[in-house]
Amino acid sequence: MCHQTVCLVARHLEAHGIPTLVLGSARDILVAGRPPRAAFVDYPLGHSAGKPHDRADQRSVVSGALAGFATIDTPGTLIDLPNAWGDDAWRSEASSTEARDTRQPRDLTPQWQRAGDREAAIASGAWAP
Amino acid sequence: MTVEYMAAIRARYEKLGYTPYRWYVAEDAPPFAPLRQPLAASRLGLLSTSGAYAVGQCAYHYKDDAGFRAIPSDTAPEDLRFSHITENYLVDPKQDPDCIFPLGTLRALVADGAVGALADEVFSCMGGVYSQRRVREETAPALLEAFQGQGVDCALLVAM
Repeated sequence: MCHQTVCLVARHLEAHGIPTLVLGSARDILVAGRPPRAAFVDYPLGHSAGKPHDRADQRSVVSGALAGFATIDTPGTLIDLPNAWGDDAWRSEASSTEARDTRQPRDLTPQWQRAGDREAAIASGAWAP
Repeated sequence: MTVEYMAAIRARYEKLGYTPYRWYVAEDAPPFAPLRQPLAASRLGLLSTSGAYAVGQCAYHYKDDAGFRAIPSDTAPEDLRFSHITENYLVDPKQDPDCIFPLGTLRALVADGAVGALADEVFSCMGGVYSQRRVREETAPALLEAFQGQGVDCALLVAM
């Protein structure tokens, strides 16, 4: 879903003169959404900008994507980044077609990562209970 | 094998008895705005759809939250938080934000001269919005105005 949102936003920005580059890890959704420039990294969702705690890999993924600003001159081009996750165990879970919905219940309550975040937002005036 | 997310999600929800989701499939060629100068001389903007917010800002809700947060680009990683309808993908980002929201990575690339500058404020939204109409009519125009306000020459958009 996020990949779809990004494709729509990229097209809107680009139509108004801002060059964009979309970096993502769901190749089929990027192909369907066809943003102006895209880079695909074959990592599990949640890791589009590199492996956790691996600064060299993060830099390699982000630099590899940003290179597309110089190399892509055909609208809708997608670059496949060479970075490899290593362990492929995540793929079977991600491809599962079992009847399962991992999403959270949908309502309008702000979902704070930590309890203290709520108090911090109240203190700054960003949110009122 | 590259994961086919659209087919897998369609099959999963079909078994649960949900109405099939109609994914956006582009029918026309994308617009294209060439970069005016090299990246090393450009001011770069950033958008992440991972539901990032800074301590002191409001978290996201899960019901098609179409808003976004402007996060100062010098925010320390320990002051970044996430909330997203697919919380299961946030296990690693909550430990190391840079694997989905590459603020530290981009600061390092600016320090090395590979990127000219980073916008003063970068943006995040909670990309799990099912209404394509709301993304087109609310999120995208608001982000365009925000990016223009930051005077960016180009923007990196990272999808979760």
